[in-house]
Amino acid sequence: MKIKEIKELLDIEPITCCDKLEEDIKYAFASDLMSDVLALVNNEVVLVTGLVNIQTIRTAEMKDIKCIIFVRGKIPDESVIELAKQNDICLMCTKQIMFNTCAMLHSSGLRGAEINK
Amino acid sequence: MIEEEPIIKLHYDIISGDYIKGGEASSNIKKALMQLGIDNKIIRRVCVASYEAEINIVIHSFGGYMEVKIFDDRIEIVAADTGPGIKDIELALTEGYSTATEGAREMGFGAGMGLPNIKNNCDELEIDSSHGNSTIITMKIYF
Repeated sequence: MKIKEIKELLDIEPITCCDKLEEDIKYAFASDLMSDVLALVNNEVVLVTGLVNIQTIRTAEMKDIKCIIFVRGKIPDESVIELAKQNDICLMCTKQIMFNTCAMLHSSGLRGAEINK
Repeated sequence: MIEEEPIIKLHYDIISGDYIKGGEASSNIKKALMQLGIDNKIIRRVCVASYEAEINIVIHSFGGYMEVKIFDDRIEIVAADTGPGIKDIELALTEGYSTATEGAREMGFGAGMGLPNIKNNCDELEIDSSHGNSTIITMKIYF
């Protein structure tokens, strides 16, 4: 699924990195716990999270995550957006809860990440 | 015997409780490895181990540093702090065991995956620590 299609599906405007819209991603991982993202994520994913702080971006940077969807209407502050821009990470914000966001993504073909277990 | 000289040597001071700068050292290590053209999968393993160790210093210690040596065939990272030390290293290596603060949990950490995750991503790992003393973690990952 292209990042562009995720944007259209959720009917939201990315707040960073519109040049990543043509990139194709097959898997998603949803968590507010960055420890689990660091320990479990094994392949290229879209990260769905309600945690909007700078360590979310750092975690994405370490795991080569190109797209983060912030759920529940959470908006990151400028420093978070700036760090995402520096690392070419596409940020999107939706008012949907995590469950609904994941359901919509799954219905459109994204699959859950294969995890290190 | 002549001591092997690293290609790159890096040093970063890590401040206790600084969640804004926490991760910067690992970010710089990633950039250095990318410039050297190291395989992406290896870089990811280094990044995870390094970042977990860095965040551990931020969360659990009085502060410390990371010293990085990059050789032709490997990277060696020493993550050291000034205390308070680990009471039970075996327990700390158990998945799910955590002594993280509320502040750390608010930042998305404290699942008790830090040290186990470092171990999973390193080829060689040494943990030197005891309660009331410093902790020195030496990580080696081969390219």
